[in-house]
Amino acid sequence: MSRAPKPILPAYQRRGQWLARAWLTAGFAFLYLPILALVVYSFNNSPLPTVWGGFTLQWFSKLAHDTEIIDGLWLSLKIAFCNATAAVLLGTLAAWALVKFKRFGGRTLMVGMVNAPLVMPEVIIGLSLLLMLVSMQRWLGFPERGMLTIWMGHLLVGMAYATVVIQARLQDLNPQLEEAAQDLGARPLQVFFLVTLPMIAQSLMSAWLLTFTLSLDDVVLAAFLSGPGSTTLPMVIFSRARLGLDPSVNAVATVVIGVVALAVVGGSYALARAERRRAQETAQAARA
Amino acid sequence: MAISKTPHLSWSARTVVGVPYLWLLLCFMLPFLIVLKISVSEMETVVFKDLITWTDGVLQLQLKLSNYLFITQDDLYFRTYLASLKYAAVTTALCLLIGYPFAYFMARASKAVQPGLLMMVMLPFWTSFLLRVYAWKGLLSEGGWVAQVLDALHVDQVLIALALIPGPGQYMNTPFSLVIGMVYTYLPFMILPLYANLSKMDMRLLEAASDLGATAWVAFWKVTVPLSRGGIVAGSMLVFIPCVGEFVIPELLGGPQTLMIGRVLWDEFFANNDWPMASSVAVVMILLILVPLALFNKAQSDAQEARR
Repeated sequence: MSRAPKPILPAYQRRGQWLARAWLTAGFAFLYLPILALVVYSFNNSPLPTVWGGFTLQWFSKLAHDTEIIDGLWLSLKIAFCNATAAVLLGTLAAWALVKFKRFGGRTLMVGMVNAPLVMPEVIIGLSLLLMLVSMQRWLGFPERGMLTIWMGHLLVGMAYATVVIQARLQDLNPQLEEAAQDLGARPLQVFFLVTLPMIAQSLMSAWLLTFTLSLDDVVLAAFLSGPGSTTLPMVIFSRARLGLDPSVNAVATVVIGVVALAVVGGSYALARAERRRAQETAQAARA
Repeated sequence: MAISKTPHLSWSARTVVGVPYLWLLLCFMLPFLIVLKISVSEMETVVFKDLITWTDGVLQLQLKLSNYLFITQDDLYFRTYLASLKYAAVTTALCLLIGYPFAYFMARASKAVQPGLLMMVMLPFWTSFLLRVYAWKGLLSEGGWVAQVLDALHVDQVLIALALIPGPGQYMNTPFSLVIGMVYTYLPFMILPLYANLSKMDMRLLEAASDLGATAWVAFWKVTVPLSRGGIVAGSMLVFIPCVGEFVIPELLGGPQTLMIGRVLWDEFFANNDWPMASSVAVVMILLILVPLALFNKAQSDAQEARR
């Protein structure tokens, strides 16, 4: 096949390219400027948070002894881990139900209930869930407000996000692959674990990471649903940020951004390697 | 329940549908009903009175509607709801104004760079939203980077003329800082659905328009924009609805002038401990976002159907 020659763009499109570059650059500058500022000022050796007073690492060494932040981080990580795992399990079920069963009673209601938490203001979700838990506690004597109840709140939102991510992938799957496995005698569960699961694994992974981050970041639901002694990291950060500029918050931000950057670089590297290996295997299989 | 009536579903299929369904009913639907109930309940020291009582053969239904009367009559609540809707609408319009060209240029960039651009839009998601909002506090405070630039460009004069900030150099805790924070936070929520929509557009339609004599500008308004309506609706609702009830951003970046309904609800609950009042505020808020919510749901299911 001969390649088509590169088309010569008309004048208005060339002008458009300049505009496109400028717009995208300005947009990304807007998105990344605050992140850059957070990191820069975490190394600021000055009691005044907006005045540069030289380089220091003192905020980080103080962070290592800040038990409030470390306890909060530990609790947040536990909740985020449980939340992401449960959200992916429930989200897979819900996505499966919505993609594979086109007709069942109350399907419209289910679609609504899956999508609504994506946009519902958090104060409403937090308040309603808390009032339900209080009523429940009065009738049944449990649950105490604490880690479990925060987890429930996060799971409600997390499941919605997980369902949307997994649903998108399930819809793109070629149903013939599953049908072929069935024709070859695989039972439904075998079809799921041997054919479907490997194909949607990547979307499960991104759903897990997304719900993990969302949970790690939430302050409103946690504030409503937490009890005495269960203060998550965002709650600590929020109460300090409310009072004004605080270098310890900048230090936390730099640590978070560093971890995310490492994870993204590592993740894309692993992904690229897996892709290469798959390409090699396909090429080998084609040769054989 | 409705599921069990459907005859075609097998036992395992019913589990697949039933487990998430039950969870959603229990933790999403039921709480709303409870909020509705508490909003019309009388509070007796610590417990709520039952709505329906049965004493001496008399069945009594007591609804306390005074909270709702109060909300409709009190000027503060009315103005706060109005302000929330206004700030949410302004934020949505600005996000669309910045985000549509952004998503458009992303979708028309060469195929090789598109995954990278998409990644860069999503990356800020992975770093804490709370910390990024806090960052604006530093940027807009006196001596902050953005404040200095705005001062140098004399943007503050324009903002004072628009009554968005009270005086020169005072950017923090104003309507201006609030809107900046909300646009910043919700911009990716506008860009992503628009990009998903625009990148799937059939380019042959534009070629056809050009063959039929349309200029690029006319083709953009007559072909591209109408075709991306689903993305516009989804993105706008993803921005508008959470903005109406936003709490963290007005608390960190807003000021005394920018009271929003999320903060009022929070204060009723945490400061005044008035749970029925907080519930009433929540119910009215839900009523306000019901129509946008229905629009969003429709756009979502249309998009899901379109993928097939």
